[in-house]
Amino acid sequence: MSIYGTVQVKDGKYRIKGDFHNITPNMPIRKADEGWRLVGVTNPRDMIYIHSYGGEAVFFESLSKGKIHASRCDNPDCEFKGSIFLPFRIHCPDCLGRNTVIDHTDICRNTARVHTFMVCERSGAFNTLDKPIKFVNVEFDGVCTILMSYLSIGEPRIGMRVIPIFRTISPTYTITDLSWVPEGTPAGDLPEGFTFG
Amino acid sequence: MIKFSERQLKTPKLLRPVYLVTAGQSKFGRAMPEKKTEELCIDAFTMAAGLIDKTPAELKSYIHSAYYGHFADHFGDQLLGEAVIHDRLGLDPLGNIGVKTGGATGGSTLWEGVKAVASGYSDCVLAMGWERMDEVPTDEGNHLISCAADKDWETPLGHIYTGYYAVMAQKYWQVFGKEEESFRRTLAEISVKHHGYARFNPFAHAPMKITVDDVLKSPIVAYPLRALDCCLMSVGAACAVICDEDTAIELTKDTKNKPLRIWVAAGSHTLRPACRRDMEIPLLPHETPDQYADLGERFPGGERYPGFTGFLAARMAAYYGYRMTGITDPVEDLDVIELHDAFTISDVQTYEDIGLRPYGYGRDYVESGDCYHTNPHTGEPGRLPSNLSGGLIGCMHAVGATGIMQVFEIAAHIWNRWAEIHGDPNLWKQFDREKPNDWTDLQVKGAKRALSISHAGVGSHVTATILMDPDHLPKEDA
Repeated sequence: MSIYGTVQVKDGKYRIKGDFHNITPNMPIRKADEGWRLVGVTNPRDMIYIHSYGGEAVFFESLSKGKIHASRCDNPDCEFKGSIFLPFRIHCPDCLGRNTVIDHTDICRNTARVHTFMVCERSGAFNTLDKPIKFVNVEFDGVCTILMSYLSIGEPRIGMRVIPIFRTISPTYTITDLSWVPEGTPAGDLPEGFTFG
Repeated sequence: MIKFSERQLKTPKLLRPVYLVTAGQSKFGRAMPEKKTEELCIDAFTMAAGLIDKTPAELKSYIHSAYYGHFADHFGDQLLGEAVIHDRLGLDPLGNIGVKTGGATGGSTLWEGVKAVASGYSDCVLAMGWERMDEVPTDEGNHLISCAADKDWETPLGHIYTGYYAVMAQKYWQVFGKEEESFRRTLAEISVKHHGYARFNPFAHAPMKITVDDVLKSPIVAYPLRALDCCLMSVGAACAVICDEDTAIELTKDTKNKPLRIWVAAGSHTLRPACRRDMEIPLLPHETPDQYADLGERFPGGERYPGFTGFLAARMAAYYGYRMTGITDPVEDLDVIELHDAFTISDVQTYEDIGLRPYGYGRDYVESGDCYHTNPHTGEPGRLPSNLSGGLIGCMHAVGATGIMQVFEIAAHIWNRWAEIHGDPNLWKQFDREKPNDWTDLQVKGAKRALSISHAGVGSHVTATILMDPDHLPKEDA
């Protein structure tokens, strides 16, 4: 019986358990309109990667707790000291000093608006979001970058005020744990697993 | 980085003149189950040799190092594909290296080859690019392409690259396009033009005789972009041979190819559009500091640069490239161009980034008729024809080969061999394609200078490749 592959870090090393790949047989590819002669084979590849969030882990953990963390350059010698980054950046792109992690949830809640958007009817393999996907790029007061995310309720438009919601129940610990809804959306309308934090 | 030092803005200089002597390409198509990648590469190389009356073995004897562009290892499930192709071309034990910069891979491969010759490391190099995107189902292909976005912050959002790109298109559509129906029709006109020119190109993957209304009725991919606004996913290979002056003269002696001076400049910008910080617009030689002071008033929402409406990497590639070569005004100084038309709207955005029109006015390049081989309004030659190959929308986007295909095409114009190559009935027959009865010679008469733009993803890497007849340089010390 197969079990999901899981990973822990202990003593500075990855400890893996379970199945990280499934083996299925190669199958021949034949040409139907030329006597079924051989053209090639399928090469099945079903595998699980192990990936570290490194210094960004705090951001993804905080989403599950209903918080949005940004980062800020506090290096007094940096020409752009005070820059606030969301997406979170571990290091300042100007001075390369390590940024300070800051809780930016309230600023996001009070100032978020749609900078641009896109409604996408298609997705790639491994997608977990419902289609159509309403991509929104969200801007915030005092933040020098513009966060990409998705709108869970309503139709997006440029300039629209939006409020963050969080997958606090059964979080995935990915960026999909953060979504947005129009200002004024009642809690009862939120998608399953999501709360206002 | 949003401020640059003088050192960073230094005009790049090659240590010696570098020349393109020949180029070649395979047939392009959506799927090629009958051929391995090495067969496509050998097709391209054999063609390049033939254009200068050499056998493949003769041309190989000149090559000293090789530069291979192949974007997506995971599409082919083959790491070190460069080593495979290098071996199959019989070029071991010469040094070679793989280059990967997304959609700009072809241009970046040329960039590396040019620098190798300019530095004196090699006197003759091969730049070869390829891609095959037919060996996974389309939805898995979309996932693999989405891995070229930030894997933590973007890829999980739909695993669909179009979404990450289309948010920029939406912003441009609303801010500079003002959501005007007339602008939407202009975008559609680009698709009609590129699919139409592809009809006269035997290499092309998607020749189509279509109308603006056909484009506007094609399925929506991500509004306002529809299926016929989007580039192709192709299979194929292309190559170029780059030399120093002495080798170039020797290789082209008594052939139809005149050695062409070649330069490549490059720019970059963040992988995540989200991380584009506001900055001043770097100016091209024909622009003025006050030109964009009121851009936000003329186009509300367009005050942020590059925001989600411009490609800083393309601007910087042009910034360096024009100054390297002495180009002052690209529309005046160039004769033919190939742009990276990943989508109709990004084609328009690029017109502005490379200075064909000021920011906000890219659509005029199409609406004026300047971009056509023959201006539909006047019947006269277009002022600066673009994408006569059909571009990525009509000809191909076999990612690692695309930037090299573009150079093959613009070189054919300067060599005055466009009709000879594209009109060759044997080539149409060899590719099992029917030459249309209304096949039209798209040779740009008297072409001496040309440009191609190779562009990655949401603008992470862009190269500007400039070709010139060495007897028609805009400045002597270029």
